[in-house]
Amino acid sequence: MDAAFLIAAGLTLAAAVAAMSLRNLIHCALCLVVTFFGVAALFLLLGAEFVSFAQVMVYVGAIAILIVFATLLTRSAGVTGEPLAFQPWLVGLGIAGLVVGAIVTSVAGSGLLPTESSRIVAAAPSTRELGEQLMSTYVLPLEVVGLLLTAALIGAAVLGLREPKPSTPPPKP
Amino acid sequence: MNWIVHQLWLIPALPFLAAGVLALTPRRQRAFAARLAISALAVSLALSCAAFVATLGHAGTGTFRERVNFTWFQFGDQALRLGWVLDPLAAVMLVMVSFVGLLIFIYSVGYMAHDANFTRFFCFLALFAGAMLGLVIANSLLLLFVCWELVGLASYLLIGFWFHKPEAAAAAKKAFITTRIGDVALFLGMLWLYSAGGTLLFYDAGEGCLENAALARIAGPSLVGWGTLVGISLLIFGGAIGKSGQLPLHVWLPDAMEGPTPVSALIHAATMVAAGVFLVARVFPLMKPDWPSLAGGIPLAGTPPPDATLAITWVGAITAVFAALIAVAQTDIKRILAYSTVSQLGYMFLGLGVGGVAVGMFHLLTHACFKALLFLGAGSVIHGCHDEQDIRRMGGLRRPMPVTFATYAVGMMALSGVPLLFSGFWSKDEILHAAHGWAGSRIPFYLGLFGALLTAFYMTRQMVYVFFGQRRAASTPPAAASGIRHPASGEPHESPLVMTVPLAILAVSAIVLGFLGTPAWPWLQTYLGADHGGSGGVELAKLLTKETLWLMAISTAVVTAGIGLAWRWYGQRPITDAGTPDPLQMSFPAAFRWLRQKFFVDEFYAATVIRAHAAWARFSDLLDAWLWGGLVLAVHFLTQGLSWASRFFDEYVVNLGFDAACRRLRRDGAFAAGLSDGKLQNYLRGIGTAFACLLVLLLWGGCR
Amino acid sequence: MSPLERYLIVAALLFGIGLAGALTRRNAILVLAGIELMLTAANLNFIAFWRYGGHPADSGTGIVFVLFSIAVAAAETAVGLALIVTIYRHRHSTKLDEFDELKG
Repeated sequence: MDAAFLIAAGLTLAAAVAAMSLRNLIHCALCLVVTFFGVAALFLLLGAEFVSFAQVMVYVGAIAILIVFATLLTRSAGVTGEPLAFQPWLVGLGIAGLVVGAIVTSVAGSGLLPTESSRIVAAAPSTRELGEQLMSTYVLPLEVVGLLLTAALIGAAVLGLREPKPSTPPPKP
Repeated sequence: MNWIVHQLWLIPALPFLAAGVLALTPRRQRAFAARLAISALAVSLALSCAAFVATLGHAGTGTFRERVNFTWFQFGDQALRLGWVLDPLAAVMLVMVSFVGLLIFIYSVGYMAHDANFTRFFCFLALFAGAMLGLVIANSLLLLFVCWELVGLASYLLIGFWFHKPEAAAAAKKAFITTRIGDVALFLGMLWLYSAGGTLLFYDAGEGCLENAALARIAGPSLVGWGTLVGISLLIFGGAIGKSGQLPLHVWLPDAMEGPTPVSALIHAATMVAAGVFLVARVFPLMKPDWPSLAGGIPLAGTPPPDATLAITWVGAITAVFAALIAVAQTDIKRILAYSTVSQLGYMFLGLGVGGVAVGMFHLLTHACFKALLFLGAGSVIHGCHDEQDIRRMGGLRRPMPVTFATYAVGMMALSGVPLLFSGFWSKDEILHAAHGWAGSRIPFYLGLFGALLTAFYMTRQMVYVFFGQRRAASTPPAAASGIRHPASGEPHESPLVMTVPLAILAVSAIVLGFLGTPAWPWLQTYLGADHGGSGGVELAKLLTKETLWLMAISTAVVTAGIGLAWRWYGQRPITDAGTPDPLQMSFPAAFRWLRQKFFVDEFYAATVIRAHAAWARFSDLLDAWLWGGLVLAVHFLTQGLSWASRFFDEYVVNLGFDAACRRLRRDGAFAAGLSDGKLQNYLRGIGTAFACLLVLLLWGGCR
Repeated sequence: MSPLERYLIVAALLFGIGLAGALTRRNAILVLAGIELMLTAANLNFIAFWRYGGHPADSGTGIVFVLFSIAVAAAETAVGLALIVTIYRHRHSTKLDEFDELKG
């Protein structure tokens, strides 16, 4: 168990906990960024450099920024006096714990997982190879994902458009 | 046709109208009630006289008979027709009924003066008068029957007028039920007549059931037709027996004396009981068909076959003697007169049977006058003696009540048949004359003579007890006095003028009426259509024929014997004490006991008919309670059980199951609706739980 | 504990943290963030299995899968945040428990 893994995993989990529990939404977004960085580090440790960079670019560069924007747009930034949790929060926590417990138990108790001795170290594909595969073997999924992203872009734009006539009903108290 | 024929219906209608008005009159309107009833009957009397006059011109020249018929209702191709008829028979009856009725109405004003239900009394009286007059003019057996029943109803109401007295209520019931037996016979006869003859109209332009065409149709040239005719006649005569108190059914009439005395006089002496005689007279062509004139000839060759008059004769003759015998031993002043009435009605039937309509009707008319007179006199005596009815406690009343005494004496002599001057002599003599000439047998004649002897005897006995001797009331206070109308106190007194004047009028007519039908001048007989072979004028010679004189001598002797015998027993030694036994009782104790107890007819009926009836009723009751009641109960319980089971099944199985299903469905639906509360994170929690559960399941047993 | 297990457990914990956030926070943006964490945990699993699972034939499959997953997550986030902004425009709130119209 090397130190790099411990540091990266600890950082990731701690930041994730912070992101999910802090009161200030901006702080949460920042902690989320740290979490994503931690995961990217874990990806690096696992030998997936391209994915690591993609993770940083997409999650940190796009998603986290989107979240910050949304936070600001919905005026949710700053500390609020309102209760943070959806009541009863203990139930939600319990369910989450149950799920984690089940997964961890299954991971720890499973004898099917490949062990260190029997592992076959895959050769990490280079970025060129990856690009070739994407353009050959996986060209159809790539096109579908492109289409999906386009649809998401258009949908988000449509959703975000202001209605031509602000005939919105008065906000509910 | 005379106008009176068309307006004849007014005669019964007016008293009916008065009865209707009086039924709605408040009790305290006493004077109005009396005036209304009396004036209604007075108008009826006037109309009756007009009708009588209308028939007079035709007397002797064939029969005057006018009728008005109308259709009552139509069923199928048959019509039920009613109508009224005016002929001499109806006319004399109309005059007699309304005349006697009017006098008795007037008398009642005095007699009932103290009664609380004065208006009700006059209402019933008017009802009776209307029904009786309707009965007289009816030209249909059905209409006659309707009025007949109305008369019976009025009789019932009036006998039970003092219904708070148990004896009166019982007597009313007895009268009603006993006459009902006769009425059933009459009803059956009526139905038979309708089915055989096709009509109930008496006279209908040759088609009525009393006219030869219909009679021929009924009788036909066979033995069966003869049987039909005699059967119908006997059934109708059965009705007359019930109404007129003849032998098997006479028991109600003496008990009917529980009613007020004017009622006894009007209904149970003068008019209603004579209705039976009138009925027989009315349907006389049916009773005694003129066989040779019927088309089809004589079913039985040779002599004319026997008909219903045979039965009428015998029943009348036996009743006349039987009732007279009982009257000898009675002590109640009204009961003596009641048995006398039964006896005299027997005479009338005897007269009808042996001599035809005119003979019977003559006695009916004279009897109506003198018997009404006697009853009203008895009422006056009772009134004067403060409701004392026992002749043993009277005596010596001729001095305090002279008018009553004089008129009563006239009535007594008329009833006894004292010769020459009194009407009863002539009418009874007529009957005896006819009986003497009767082809069937001599026995009715001897019975009639014996009855005349007894009549004279018991009337004299009564006169002696009531008016002669000395007063015996003081020794024993009148225990029987009801004390309802007036307190029993003071000496006997003469009745008021309103009561004595009718007495006087009746006394006069009791004398005069006899001269309408003497053998010398048989006007009434001619008028009523009997063939006497006379010219209609006075023929003293007829009176002086050998046979007539001989018969008159015999009856005079009989009457004298009766009066003398009674005087010897009762008059010579004045009875001084009310407790003294009857002289007759001392001489013939056993026979007297039989007579006093009315030959035990009531007891005989109680022991046979009534006991059998009661046993049958008890049996029926048991049958009803156990068999039919049990069946009904069983069905009832079965049905109840079935319905209970059905209800139970319905409520606890069908409904409850359905209800439970519905309730659970609603509850579960509400629970499910509560689960999906619209909160996103609750759904997410559900997904998470489900995922964890699935995982646990896989871990513990699924994937291996 | 094998390296694979270590990564798997970390991924499980990360998933749990994301799930807990999604289940307990009221703010819709943070719920979305929790979902992103769960997706990231899944991606971590993919890479871990790619690294230690032993698939010699197609060495790039795991990587490509994760790349697609990242793309889908990006699209999802974009649309989700656009929805949140729109809802906020209508209801002036991003509190999820105030929206309960999603029921019969």
